[in-house]
Amino acid sequence: MNTLNSYPAHWQRHSSARRLASFMGYLALVSLFVYCWQLMTADTMWVFVLDAPQAAQDLASRAWPPRWSYMERLWSPLWDTLNIATLGTLLGIVLAVPMAFLAARNTSPIPWLTRPLALVIIVASRSINSLIWALLLVSILGPGLLAGILAIALRSIGFIGKLLYEAIEEVDQKQVEAIRATGASGLQVLNYAIVPQVLPSFLSISVFRWDINIRESTILGLVGAGGIGAQLMASMNVLAWPQVTLIVLVILLTVVFSEWVSAKVRRAII
Amino acid sequence: MLQVKALNKRFASTHAVKEVSLEIAKGEMVGVIGSSGAGKSTMLRLLNRLIEPSSGQVIFDGRDITALKGKELRHWRAQCAMIFQQFNLVPRLDVLTNVLLGRVSYNPTLPMMIRHFSASDRALAAQALERVNLLPQALQRADTLSGGQQQRVAIARALIQQPQIILADEPIASLDPRNAQMVMDSLREINQRDGLTVLCNLHTLDTAKHYCDRIVAMQHGAVVFNGSPEQLDSKTIRAIYGGQSDAQDLIEGITSTSLTAKVAVPA
Repeated sequence: MNTLNSYPAHWQRHSSARRLASFMGYLALVSLFVYCWQLMTADTMWVFVLDAPQAAQDLASRAWPPRWSYMERLWSPLWDTLNIATLGTLLGIVLAVPMAFLAARNTSPIPWLTRPLALVIIVASRSINSLIWALLLVSILGPGLLAGILAIALRSIGFIGKLLYEAIEEVDQKQVEAIRATGASGLQVLNYAIVPQVLPSFLSISVFRWDINIRESTILGLVGAGGIGAQLMASMNVLAWPQVTLIVLVILLTVVFSEWVSAKVRRAII
Repeated sequence: MLQVKALNKRFASTHAVKEVSLEIAKGEMVGVIGSSGAGKSTMLRLLNRLIEPSSGQVIFDGRDITALKGKELRHWRAQCAMIFQQFNLVPRLDVLTNVLLGRVSYNPTLPMMIRHFSASDRALAAQALERVNLLPQALQRADTLSGGQQQRVAIARALIQQPQIILADEPIASLDPRNAQMVMDSLREINQRDGLTVLCNLHTLDTAKHYCDRIVAMQHGAVVFNGSPEQLDSKTIRAIYGGQSDAQDLIEGITSTSLTAKVAVPA
């Protein structure tokens, strides 16, 4: 009875210190928002913002209708774009799969050496955007498709490598133990206990990356790495807005198509 | 003959297997009993060296198993096939391939990478599946089978290793009584007909008594009983399972899936 009586008559969820802390937290958040708003508007020239609706209308009227006849000169760069994405993804897969097996805790052959090495390669590849890879490669290899393909491949290593090595680390160890118990060698255990388990994730990851790469390869042309982006850049430079509209529409359709394909394939796997 | 001499296994904070010494004759069927955590599973894995012992020796027909390396060690693992509580099949592969996995260690690595098995291996697998009555399911994916069927596939996988010993780690703990009986019957049949040594971890006392020639009881990693089923009286059982108040209640509790052998056990 004593313990019951010792509770306060009025119950509150948090202690007063906790309530003060949460009030201060909200206050800090609001202050940060106000500060950011000031920073954002400081360098804005409001004269330009005020006539933004007119400017947008003006651009739209000059960009519409799209110049459909320009399409005949887009087929070839569009095909290049698809090739950059597909070949780049394939090359990326070839390079990423060994990295994933070297990086995964349970398959790394010499963990203290191969694991950090593979992880560094994966992180380096992931931390650099494919547009920057393309910039570097264009200055090394010169402009063209090859630079684009390599840029896509180099960026894909990190993405595929990371997701795949995480899948490898999550495999069911019971199957590994069973294959080991039959007297199988390390490579045989890999082939029979680990590969069947990670195959669905591997296919799903690869198709997903291909879908992303289609999107990324449409802009690689901006830095001279081939594909439809080069046409976009050229059209914008000569203020040929109807052509820009057509190119943007083509890119949109291509991306929708690749998303549709990747969704179909992934549903078939799972 | 399998000899275990003063075998020990220490993990970071636990002494899982303590000074275990055993002798198991060829063709014997030995049941290892004890409550969970008694070290039964670890002991079995020390025998095929899925776990490395801390000290002690395992000797098979005069060969020091604890000293084997590389290819010889893998050959030894093929010689003592293992059966698991959770069956441990590869669910995404078909039943036939799962059985054929018992042959990988007999083949060079490279042809195995493309899952190519010789005609004689495939014939062996079909025979083994026929023996466990699962030949019609050979081309089904392993995860479409019931638990009892999966365990029989695991037995077929063990059989085509053409082993000398079968190590069974709680083979019936995840099965219903009917399937459990079927699995125990086939283990006993393999033991009797092929003369294979069977070492079987069980936690149901009745099953062990019905099927095994000899019973080894473990407690806290040490062997506390080693003798024929007849020598195992209620006083000993109470000691093994921790001396609770009423031994009779306890015995009923731990023998809930009591099985009777179909295969005649010679006296």
